[in-house]
Amino acid sequence: MAKKLESNFVNMFVVLLVIGLVAALALGFTYSKTRPEIEAAALKKQEKIITTVLDGISYDNKPLAEKYAVDGFNGLELYPAKQGGELVGVAVKTVSPSGYSGNVWLMVGFKPDGTINKTAVLEQKETPGLGTKMDTPWKDQYNGKNPGTNNLKVKNEGGEIDAITAATISSRAFSEAVQKAYDAFKKGGEK
Amino acid sequence: MNNLQVFTRGLVKENPIFVLLLGMCPTLAVSSSAFNGLGMGLAATFVLVCSNVVIALLKNLIPDKVRIPAFIVVIASFVTIVDLSMQAFTPALSESLGVFIPLIVVNCIILARAEAFASKNGVLGSLLDGLGMGLGFAIALTILGGIREILGDGKFFGIPLFGESPTTILLFILPPGAFIALGLVIAFVNKFVKKTA
Repeated sequence: MAKKLESNFVNMFVVLLVIGLVAALALGFTYSKTRPEIEAAALKKQEKIITTVLDGISYDNKPLAEKYAVDGFNGLELYPAKQGGELVGVAVKTVSPSGYSGNVWLMVGFKPDGTINKTAVLEQKETPGLGTKMDTPWKDQYNGKNPGTNNLKVKNEGGEIDAITAATISSRAFSEAVQKAYDAFKKGGEK
Repeated sequence: MNNLQVFTRGLVKENPIFVLLLGMCPTLAVSSSAFNGLGMGLAATFVLVCSNVVIALLKNLIPDKVRIPAFIVVIASFVTIVDLSMQAFTPALSESLGVFIPLIVVNCIILARAEAFASKNGVLGSLLDGLGMGLGFAIALTILGGIREILGDGKFFGIPLFGESPTTILLFILPPGAFIALGLVIAFVNKFVKKTA
C-alpha cells in the first residue's frame, strides 16, 4: 500500500485546494442542472394552487404572469383571473404572522365581488395534529363567505368561524390571513 | 472480518440508531411518518456510500493533519448534491424533511464511518460498510416513523389504517412522542437482539 502523504505545508495546501476545487466544480454542475427543475417545480406548484382556489371559475389568461402587489401589504401577491379581458376572480397569496409557530401562508381565491371561492394552505409550521388541521375540510367553512359582510373572526371573538379544537391561535391566524387578502384585493382594486 | 459481515453488522448488530445511538437529532426530528423516515434514511445512505467510497480512494492522498476538513468538504458536497436533486425531483419530500437534509453534513454517523472505517479500509469494504450502515439507519428511521405514524395519525405510509378519522395518540407525532417511541424500540432491541460485542 502506498504511504500516506506527509503532513507538511505544501501537501496540506495542495490537497485541500484540489479537493475544494473538485467539490466546487461538482456542485456548480449539479446546481446548473437542477436549477431549471427546481424553478419549474415551484412554478408548477403555485400554478396548481391558483387553479385550486379558482376552482369553478373559468378564465383564459395566465394569472401567474399578471401578478401584482398592493402598497402596504408586504409579501402579498395577487393573481388576477380574466375571461376575455374581464376580471372574473383573483387568487391572493397571503400571510399571517400570528400562527402558533411562525408564518401561515395561504392562497385565497375571490370572486370579483369579494366572496371567497376557495382557500388553500401554502406553508405552515403549526402543531402537528392540532393546528395542521387547518389544511382539512375545516377550511371549507370560509367558502362562500364575504369578508366585507361576514365577520371572519373566530366565534369566541364574536365572529362566525368555528375554531379548530385546541388550535384557536392557528384558526385566528387563518382568518387574519384571509381578511388581509380581502383587504389587499379591495384596496388594489381591479387592475 | 469478511465483506458480508461488514455489510450486515450495520443492519442489526451495530445499527447506528438502535445500538450505537448516533445521529439522534435527525432521528427524533424526521421520524414523524414512515415516508419521511425512509426518505431521510435513503438520502443519508446515498451520502454515506458516496463519501465512504471517495474517502477510501483518497485516503493515502490526504495528509493526516487536514483529514477532517477534507472529509467534511467531501461529505458536504454530496449532501448538497442530494439536497438540490431532491428539491428538483421530489419537491414534496424535500419540503417535509426541510432543514434536516442539509444537516446530514453534520450527522455524526457519516463522519464517524469516514474516520473510523473508510480512512483505514479498501474501497469495496468501505462501500459495503456505507451501504450497511446507511440501510440500518434507513430501516431504523422507517420503523420508528411507522410506529409514530400508526399510533399518532392512524396511518402507515399515508394510508389510513383505521378508517377516516380515528382516535389517535397525538403525542406520538409530537416531539415528546419521538423520545418515548425511540426509548421503547431501543428497549425492545436490547431485549431480543443478542449482544455479541
